[in-house]
Amino acid sequence: MILVVDMNWKKDSLGFYEFVLPIVTIAKTQDECIVKHFLEVTNQDLSRCDRVILSGTALKDTATLSQPEKFMWLRETEKPVLGICAGMETIGVVFGMRFIRCLEIGMTQIKMLKENPFFYEDSKAYSLHSYCVEPSGDFYVWAKSTKCVQIIKHKIKPIYGALFHPEVRNPEIIKRFILLKS
Amino acid sequence: MRLGVLFSGGKDSTLALHLAAEKEEVVCLITILSKNKESFMYHTPNIEISALQAEALGLPQITKTTPGEKEKELADLEDAIAEAARKFQIEGVVTGAVESVYQAERVQRICNQLGLWCFNPLWKKDQKALLEELLKKRFKVIISGVFAYPLDEKWLGKQIDNKLIDRLVDLQQKYGLSPAGEGGEIETTVLDAPLFKKKIEVLDYSVEFKGNSGVFIIKQARLVSK
Repeated sequence: MILVVDMNWKKDSLGFYEFVLPIVTIAKTQDECIVKHFLEVTNQDLSRCDRVILSGTALKDTATLSQPEKFMWLRETEKPVLGICAGMETIGVVFGMRFIRCLEIGMTQIKMLKENPFFYEDSKAYSLHSYCVEPSGDFYVWAKSTKCVQIIKHKIKPIYGALFHPEVRNPEIIKRFILLKS
Repeated sequence: MRLGVLFSGGKDSTLALHLAAEKEEVVCLITILSKNKESFMYHTPNIEISALQAEALGLPQITKTTPGEKEKELADLEDAIAEAARKFQIEGVVTGAVESVYQAERVQRICNQLGLWCFNPLWKKDQKALLEELLKKRFKVIISGVFAYPLDEKWLGKQIDNKLIDRLVDLQQKYGLSPAGEGGEIETTVLDAPLFKKKIEVLDYSVEFKGNSGVFIIKQARLVSK
């Protein structure tokens, strides 16, 4: 069971179709899915799922970044988590990373820095973000664009972040995350 | 949130408008009339009918004519969106983009520049599901342009129904055509939709077809009671 967390600024928002549904469509090809808005995620949801995907949001939507207290479960969970765009930025807030203004819109060249289970070679991916994070020492940097860090992985926990939107042109990344061994 | 919809009068922008109106307040339409029939950004057949559609929807429409040169089109679009922000205090823009990163990226950049939200409620939607949603919501949509083999003049003016969707899906399997026309294979015109207070009746039309492409041109139309 995959828990897809809707990171949009409110439940049942217009951003749901664009940032949550495409992820659910891909995830459902691999496993069962439940979707919860970030304000409504419970311990029960977290214990019944095998892994968690945090969705992205519209470019102007920074609601989750000002509410890190809603994501303290990220520090406790042992379940694999993939944060996409705003999801990765939120992981950054929870783990005390520094924020930097960085605008990327459109297809972006992603360069691998380290062998990883998501991208096997340098690739292009769709970006839509106005901030990036500077990872703390708790995280590896697996990939970068010319402007900023694109894929991170916690050094101990199975917590991953992708700043680009894999659901747009790289659905295999979401599938590979789902098939990763816990 | 007050929203303006980039509106061509085709199925995608009209469906996007309906989804947006279920969640937020749609206050105006923004339409670009491109003189370039092969525009990268904008739907062109029967774009003039969009004024009648705006009237049917009871929404004000901002229109801007562009010569349709690739980057000039974008400057004209930015002007039109900025005008919508000034006149109607929109906070965001809605598009009917489904797969085109080219379109989505450019509108996102303009919205970012103007400090507006940008929504693409049909983004990555399965194309057959998109066509089926039109029927479920009781849209009346006709094919107003065909631009790929083996589509011919017999498709022009046909209303989208279950049988036509099956044929399009069949052509997808045989020829790799995208059923909802995402590759530019078909263009559509909406004659009726749930938010239309009146429906459009076509009084006169002509069909132009040459090579592997053609258009159904609505020469005269009017609004009638539903």
